[in-house]
Amino acid sequence: MGQKDTMLEVKDLHASVGGNKILRGVNLSVPAGQVHAIMGPNGSGKSTLAHVLAGRPGYEVTKGEVRYKGKDLLAMSPEERAREGVFLAFQYPVEISGVSNVYFLKAAANAIRKHRGQPELDAIDFLALVKEKAKVVDIDESLIKRPVNEGFSGGEKKRNEIFQMAVLDPALAILDETDSGLDIDALRIVAKGVNQLRSPERSMVLVTHYQRLLDYIVPDVVHVLLDGRIVKSGGKDLALELEKKGYEWLEAPAGSR
Amino acid sequence: MTTAAQAPTFPAEVVRWREEFESFCAALPATEPEWLRVLRATGIGAFEEAGFPTTRLEDWRHTSVAAIARTEFQRPPASAGVADVAVLDTIDFGHAFARRQLVFVNGRYAPALSTAGTSDGVHVRSLREVLDREPQLVQPYLDRQASGRGRPFAALNAAFLDDGAFISVPAGTVLTEPIHLVFLSAPGPQATASHPRVLVWAGRKSQVSIIESYGGTSDAVYLTNAVTEITLEDGAVVDHYRLQRESARAFHVGTLCATQGRATRFASHAISLGASLSRLDIRQLFAGEGGECILNGLFLGSDRQHTDTHTWVDHAEPHCTTRELYKGIVDDKARGVFVGRILVRPGAQKTDAIQSNKNLILSREALVDSLPQLEILADDVKCKHGSTTGQLDPLALFYLRSRGIGEEAARALLTYAFASDVVQRIGVEALRVGLTEHLQRRLPGPADMKEAAV
Repeated sequence: MGQKDTMLEVKDLHASVGGNKILRGVNLSVPAGQVHAIMGPNGSGKSTLAHVLAGRPGYEVTKGEVRYKGKDLLAMSPEERAREGVFLAFQYPVEISGVSNVYFLKAAANAIRKHRGQPELDAIDFLALVKEKAKVVDIDESLIKRPVNEGFSGGEKKRNEIFQMAVLDPALAILDETDSGLDIDALRIVAKGVNQLRSPERSMVLVTHYQRLLDYIVPDVVHVLLDGRIVKSGGKDLALELEKKGYEWLEAPAGSR
Repeated sequence: MTTAAQAPTFPAEVVRWREEFESFCAALPATEPEWLRVLRATGIGAFEEAGFPTTRLEDWRHTSVAAIARTEFQRPPASAGVADVAVLDTIDFGHAFARRQLVFVNGRYAPALSTAGTSDGVHVRSLREVLDREPQLVQPYLDRQASGRGRPFAALNAAFLDDGAFISVPAGTVLTEPIHLVFLSAPGPQATASHPRVLVWAGRKSQVSIIESYGGTSDAVYLTNAVTEITLEDGAVVDHYRLQRESARAFHVGTLCATQGRATRFASHAISLGASLSRLDIRQLFAGEGGECILNGLFLGSDRQHTDTHTWVDHAEPHCTTRELYKGIVDDKARGVFVGRILVRPGAQKTDAIQSNKNLILSREALVDSLPQLEILADDVKCKHGSTTGQLDPLALFYLRSRGIGEEAARALLTYAFASDVVQRIGVEALRVGLTEHLQRRLPGPADMKEAAV
């Protein structure tokens, strides 16, 4: 696969949060159209990687490089990344009282459209889009009119993230522990939504602690993140192996501490 | 302290106000009833005794009125020029709040700009006119709530009681349209003071909605010292809106009193946006069972504005409910003060009171003092209070930005969202829409947020 088809290229990425070194040299290459899962135990740096890619302030990159569609991702502000097509589905979606979901999403969608040189959607066109995309995750229309994530159940919040993803139509979606806290029915709905959004133009990075999600969203590649580095990569069977054997058999690489 | 009997000596500023009082009284009509003269004399006496409050007093600990005390206010010119009246167009953000409107310029009723009247027993009139023709209408209610010991500004208002608004709604009458009272200050080159008085009587099972707006010509130094007294007879419903948009160098002191009879509902929405120094005291009393009191408030401070709100809810009777929500947003070097007291007296069982004060600090040098206070002397009650003061949530900002919304717009959206629940409770649509637009203009950031609110 040629360079032009690489969606995300992470090279020797080091990052610290609050002075603690979390990422210690991550290398990762995600081609366009593929779904990569990043697995690892708690504290291995999975969520940090997701937030660094989205540009969260306070997550300091100390070394390394990230190319997104060939561009320097780390030089962009969070909003620029989003407008360029990067989307992070949060593990803990933030409640924003006083702002309706639909307004928030319209502001976001139009900021992205403006960046792409597309005309902004008016209220009627946007509502039509919302109705269409709401079907992806069976999200109730009453939730769409409520304040962002306020009073939503855990499952509703996760569905709302995937719903936002469907509306904003990113090229690179990073899903941070999208399965955590979901019962099996909610997991199926969310996974179905994610699967519908798979396309040759879209890459996904699934960050997950458990193999269970990967029964429903089958990845092209599975990576194991341990102590801030990817120590092993393989096909979808690697996830099953991890489920059986845990992470202990994968020795932390020498010199990682 | 000597024990020799001698005339008390007052500070120079108090003496100045006494002299101003004498000259004011000399110009009043000779036909005024005796009780009114006594009311004024009692007012100036109480003011003399108390003087201007200092920060040594608990109620004034966070607010110094030294700047008011040392300013030599003149009596305002008898009438405002036409140019000054242009301010009227901006006072309601370009949205007419109500068809029925009384306008007061420098505390004086301006008939040409007003739609006063009496019909079907409903009075919407100038207080001066009522005092001249039918003083017996107001005598039982006037100044029965506002002045008293330790309330020097309300006492000063009583001393200079002259004009204002009288609204009386007979039993069983429901007024669906709000009444707008506009208090406009348009002083000349000298600083001036006005002391408007509003008296509202809502008869049994009546319903009325009243908006008070305060504003003035830009750059003028003036003092508005306003007092409103509202009496709700059993079953009455009163929605009261108070929009303070005084000009940047003005002083504003307001006192709002409400006494609620049995099974009444009183809602106060106090929006404080203007003045260099402003203070609002809300004093409410449940005088009958089963009443409901709703206190909503929003204040915005920027530059060096100082905005102080004190609320006092008095649960003197059982089975009453209070819902209080005050929010403040301060930027630059502004300072906000919120002191909210809820007193549940012995025997006021089944009281249900919630008080919440939330403040948003937008700059490093802005400050808010928040003191919620519950005093509970009954044992079968449900009361809670809370206070939070902080900055915009960094995680919420990141969440918005991660969806493509620019940082400035995200800040504006979150700031507006902070205020929106208070704004959304405003029942008069024109006021709600006008205020929303105003907030969008005034709060930082370029975002168009017309549809943001929920």
